[in-house]
Amino acid sequence: MLIEAKDIAIALAGRPILRGIDLTLRTGQIVGLIGANGAGKTTLLRILANLLPHAGSVLYDREPAQAIGRKALARRIAFLSQGGAVHWQMRAEAVVALGRLPHRHPFADLSEADHAAIERAMAATDTTAFRDRTLDSLSGGERMRVLLARALAVEAEMLLADEPLAGLDPRHELEAMALLRRTALAGTGVVVVLHDLTLASRFCDEIILLHDGRILANGAPDEVLGDEQLGLAFGIDVTRGSRDGESFVLPWQPLDQGKVAR
Amino acid sequence: MSSLPAPAVRSGRAGYWRLVGLLALATLAMTFVSLAIGYARLDLGMALADWLAGRQTLEALVLVELRLPRAVLGALVGFSLGMAGAAMQGLLRNPLAEPGIVGISSAAAFGAVVVFYSGFAGAFALALPLGGIAGAILAVLLLYAFVGRGAGTMTLILAGVAINSFAGAMTALALNLAPNPYAALEIVFWLMGSLADRSLAHVWLVLPLMLLGWALLLSCAPALDGLTLGEDTARSLGFDLNWLRARLIGGAALSVGSAVAVTGAIGFVGLVVPHLLRPFVGHRPGRLLLASGFGGAILLLAADTALRLLPIRPELKLGVVTALIGAPFLFSLIYRLRREA
Repeated sequence: MLIEAKDIAIALAGRPILRGIDLTLRTGQIVGLIGANGAGKTTLLRILANLLPHAGSVLYDREPAQAIGRKALARRIAFLSQGGAVHWQMRAEAVVALGRLPHRHPFADLSEADHAAIERAMAATDTTAFRDRTLDSLSGGERMRVLLARALAVEAEMLLADEPLAGLDPRHELEAMALLRRTALAGTGVVVVLHDLTLASRFCDEIILLHDGRILANGAPDEVLGDEQLGLAFGIDVTRGSRDGESFVLPWQPLDQGKVAR
Repeated sequence: MSSLPAPAVRSGRAGYWRLVGLLALATLAMTFVSLAIGYARLDLGMALADWLAGRQTLEALVLVELRLPRAVLGALVGFSLGMAGAAMQGLLRNPLAEPGIVGISSAAAFGAVVVFYSGFAGAFALALPLGGIAGAILAVLLLYAFVGRGAGTMTLILAGVAINSFAGAMTALALNLAPNPYAALEIVFWLMGSLADRSLAHVWLVLPLMLLGWALLLSCAPALDGLTLGEDTARSLGFDLNWLRARLIGGAALSVGSAVAVTGAIGFVGLVVPHLLRPFVGHRPGRLLLASGFGGAILLLAADTALRLLPIRPELKLGVVTALIGAPFLFSLIYRLRREA
């Protein structure tokens, strides 16, 4: 699938959130969406998922969403929302199974293919062990992984994930990024809202840097994560390094006097 | 809501249908118990034989004119209240939601009070139910005016609060201006809710409306499951939330509006029953609908049977009994939610 956004603009409650956004998303790559708090990342992701009315156009394989139809689009685009609210304490496996709703008649039983997709998603996110636990019995990070499994279970062409790393421990952060990368290599398009510049620099094929409702930079990580752009977007310095031929950035700020003295 | 054990945590599809089957059987059993118990001693077999043979004996009349409407209406109204409660809780994702909360019950009650007050009630028997349904429909239209396109859950709740206050104020006004104390008393008693002295005509009037309402609510089951993960996720799974809200509110208006219209305001069934049954359906809001329908029927029939067995005269009003059971339940629920928050 090819998602083409042209001249997207949106104002919420009279305040402009996004202006003049043009971008193209392809399958088979992982794109990091970064930017300071309030830069418009979540809004842009929701627009790309066809969840928010807006100015400008978003085409999916050169077709508008209306031409594709609600159910068909739901099979092709998976959306993982921020925050991970779960309102009823269902079993983890039942939550993951919700990802299969677009694939079947709503009142039909889960098919073999559905069960297989659920198993794959739970295995990939390391959640099989708590399939029978209710979500309130899981830790924040475990719950996030179950919700990621729910989005993966859609097995869509495009996966739009809003902060899927929130609450994960370092190992599971790395594993989740590795998983998203494998998902992209297997042919899915992945767009992921991230706050961790180090992970973004290592795992993403492409990065979109939002600043004040506009795209400040868009391209390969080393092009986007330049000192000037990061200074403008976040007001920070970064330090750079590499290991095994892989380069990464690390947000950096000199320790203040009080801490140095300690 | 983790305080209740979850006896059927791994409730597969087979387990779910077994539960629904059991609840349906229990509903049937409670209907027969309700038929068998009453103030007059009645040989059910003989009454049934007389009725089927077309003999106008006292037994046949008691069965068909008194017991049968009471039992059938109890099952229908309980089913409507239970299912509508589960549906509203699924839509608003709040275990405290009830048909009452969006203002349908009080608006229906107000519609019926207007009919009382205007004297139409004496003019023809079905004026009262029709007034109640009109009130429920008015509540839905008002809700739409408030909620409109794409409004969130909070707007819906606030609109419900507004409609509730308005209907309550108008009902109080009608009582205030009642031309004679007898009319006011009649309204007050009716508002308390009861299954006594209803006829089969009431059943035939409300049955099609209720069936339509139930069908609308049941059609929302998969979308309610999707809504567990929030509105964005539900929409990303291909559900049209505006259409979902329309079906849920319309379904609740039809089933609850017609229920309130024939029985008066019977509260808390839609609150208590879904809460008790939720652990048995793996907390899945879609599966809760049918289970809560039968659960509501069982609860209402049991309460109505119990109040006839109690040695208290005049007979307790059914709405009073359900409120006496439900209000402490509501308190404990709020207390528990507050502790969890």
